[in-house]
Amino acid sequence: MSRRIEVRFFAVLRETAGKRSETLDTDAVTVRALYEELRTQYGFTLPVSSMRVAIHDAVQPWDTPLQDGDVVTFIPPVAGG
Amino acid sequence: MDAASFMLADQPLDVAALSGALQGPEVGALAVFEGRVRRTNLGRQVLRLEYEAAPELAEPEFERLANEIRDRFEILDLRCVHRTGSLEIGDCAVWIGVTAAHREPAFDACRMLIDELKHRLPIWKKEHYADGDSGWIGHP
Repeated sequence: MSRRIEVRFFAVLRETAGKRSETLDTDAVTVRALYEELRTQYGFTLPVSSMRVAIHDAVQPWDTPLQDGDVVTFIPPVAGG
Repeated sequence: MDAASFMLADQPLDVAALSGALQGPEVGALAVFEGRVRRTNLGRQVLRLEYEAAPELAEPEFERLANEIRDRFEILDLRCVHRTGSLEIGDCAVWIGVTAAHREPAFDACRMLIDELKHRLPIWKKEHYADGDSGWIGHP
C-alpha cells in the first residue's frame, strides 16, 4: 500500500539531494526503509546509525511505521555552538 | 520570573543589546557565553562557516533543555540566540545569557546549556577551509 510522505532534508542530505524537501509516494513500511530507499536514489553516504529521525517534528525510533501524510525529517549529526 | 527563550538569527548578533535586555531587581548575576568562529579547527585553516538549523525541531528541544536546566539550578532567566547562514572568523555564532540571584547557578546553567546544545539541537555546521575543501562537522 503506497503512502504519500513529505520528506525534509538538512545539511549534507539537502546538498546531496539538491533540495530541501519533497513529497513522494512510497511502499516503504518504516522510516528506516524510506531512508534506505532515498539513500539508493540520491547516494546518501550517512548510515542510519549516525542519524536520528523526526516525524511531525518529534524524534521517533527508526522502526516507526509510516502513515499516509507523515512529515519526515532526517537529522544528520548535529554541531551547534 | 521564570523565563527562557531561544532564537535563530540570520544576521550578526548585537551582544551588548542581548546582555542589556537581561535585567531585573532580583538579578544578582549575569553569566554570558559567546561562541565565536575560530580560524583554526583540528589543525586546518578555516575561512568561514555556514550554520543551518531546523527551527520547528530546535524550538521544542530547546524548551525541553531549558526545563531540565531550570529544574537543576536556581535561575531567573535563560536566553539563547544561535546564528544561521554564513559567518566569518571572529563572528559570534551562539550567545547565551543566564541570570540568577547568585553567580554559581548562573555559571552552572550557562555551562550546561552550551554543553547540551552542541549535541542536542538540530543545528549543523559546515566549515570552508583555506585549501578549498569544505565539510559538515560531526559526520563520520
